[in-house]
Amino acid sequence: VSGYFDAATAAPLHPAARAALEVALEDGWADPDRSYREGRRARLLLDGSREAIAAVLGARPDEVTFTPSGTVAAHLAVLGALAARRQRPRRVVTSAVEHSSVLAAVAAGTDETTTVGVDALGSVDAEAYAAELGAGATLACLQSANHEVGTLQPVAEVLAAGRERGVPVLVDAAASLGRTAPPPDWDLLVASARKWGGPPGVGVLGIRTGVRWRSPGPEDAHESGRAAGVVPLPLVLAAAAALEAADAERSSETARLRDLTERIRTRLPELVPDVEVLGHPTSRLPHLVAFSCLYVAGEALAVELDREGFSVSSGSSCSASSLTPSHVLVAMGALTHGNVRVSLHRDVTEADVDRFLAVLPGIVDELRRTAGAESL
Amino acid sequence: VTEEPAATVDATGRLCPLPVIELARVIAGVRVGSVVELLADDPAAAADVAAWCRMRDQELVTAEPTADPPRYLVRRLR
Repeated sequence: VSGYFDAATAAPLHPAARAALEVALEDGWADPDRSYREGRRARLLLDGSREAIAAVLGARPDEVTFTPSGTVAAHLAVLGALAARRQRPRRVVTSAVEHSSVLAAVAAGTDETTTVGVDALGSVDAEAYAAELGAGATLACLQSANHEVGTLQPVAEVLAAGRERGVPVLVDAAASLGRTAPPPDWDLLVASARKWGGPPGVGVLGIRTGVRWRSPGPEDAHESGRAAGVVPLPLVLAAAAALEAADAERSSETARLRDLTERIRTRLPELVPDVEVLGHPTSRLPHLVAFSCLYVAGEALAVELDREGFSVSSGSSCSASSLTPSHVLVAMGALTHGNVRVSLHRDVTEADVDRFLAVLPGIVDELRRTAGAESL
Repeated sequence: VTEEPAATVDATGRLCPLPVIELARVIAGVRVGSVVELLADDPAAAADVAAWCRMRDQELVTAEPTADPPRYLVRRLR
C-alpha cells in the first residue's frame, strides 16, 4: 500500500536492489581498480553489474559508463558528442519537450539549435524531426518517452533517419527504462537508476562503439576516461539488480500499472469538472498520467494531496519556488496551472488509486471555492 | 483596427491561476462579441490564457506576452 505517486522522480528501492546493496556493502567497498584481493573482488562485482545493465540495453559492457546521476550522464553525452566533432557550426536538433538536463547541456555546448515542436498530445512528428537532420546536423537528441506527460516518442524512426544521414542520435531513456521495452539501436543513451527502482546516485551513459565521443572535462582514469571519479560500487550493484528485476517483471507490471493509470484517465473527467488529462491516450508510458485542473494552483493541489497521504509532482509555477511553468506543458499548449503528475510503481495497489480518486474531487472543489472560481 | 475593450483586468503581480480566474469573472459580465483586455505579468499567463480560451471556446484576439506589461485581448464568443 502506497500513496507515493512520484516514481518518475524516484521510485522506491526495489527489494532486489536492497538485497544487492547488503551484499555490496560487505564485498564491494574496495576500489575496483586496485589489484589486491579486495580490489579484485570489487572488480568482479562491478563487471557483473555492467554486464547486467548492458544486457538489458542491448549493448556491450564497454559501451556502458556509470555516472553520478542521469543529469551528469545527459551533460556528458551531449558535450562529449560535440567535443568529438570539429565541424562548425555545430547544430543540435532537439524536441521542445526534452528533459531540462539535455536542453541545458545543448545550450552550454552550442549556439545553434533546432527545436522540433510537439502536438497537443506531446508527440514529436517523426517526419518533421527527420527533415531537420538533413542540413548538416551534428547531433540529435530525442527522449524515448516524455517525463512529464508520458507520451512515447518515435525514437526508432529518428534513429533510422539519423543513420541514413550520418547524424548520431542521443536517446534519453530516463523516463522509460525498466517500464517499456528498451530503446532500439541507439547511438548514445542516457538513463537514471532511481527511476527504475535503483538507488539515487547512479546514472548510465551509453556510447555505442564507433560513435565519436570525447570527454568534455579533464581526463580521469576511472570508467575508461569517460566519467570522472570512482564509481559508487554498492549503488551500482543495487542499480543493476533493480534493472534486471524490473526488466523481468516488466510484462506483468506494465499491464497492471497501465490498467491503474487508465482508470485515472477515464474516471478523472467524470469526477472533476474542467480537468484536462494530458499526453497520448495509448502511445504512452504505462505507469504515468498527468492532468491539469482549471482555476487551481498546482502547488496548493500537491500540498493538499500530501495532507491526504499522496505524493505527486507538479509542472505548475504557481509558487515562488518555480516562477516559470513547465516547458513541456507550454510546448503542448496545455493548461500549465493546476498540474499534477502521477507516476506509479510496484507497491501501488488498486485500492491506493481508488482512494486517490475518492479524495481528489473534494480537494479541487475546495480550492476552487477558496479562489471564488467554483462557478466560472 | 484596434478595438476598444469593454473592460480591462489588471492582474499584474498576481500569480497563476489568478489572472485566468479574474479574466473568467470579468468576461462573464460583458456582452457576447465584446473584448476584454487582460494585463498579466505572470510567466504562465501566455500559456494559460490561450488554454483557457480553447477550453471555454472564447477567442484570443491578440497576445503580447513581451509587452510591458504583457497584454492579452480576449473576445467573448458565448
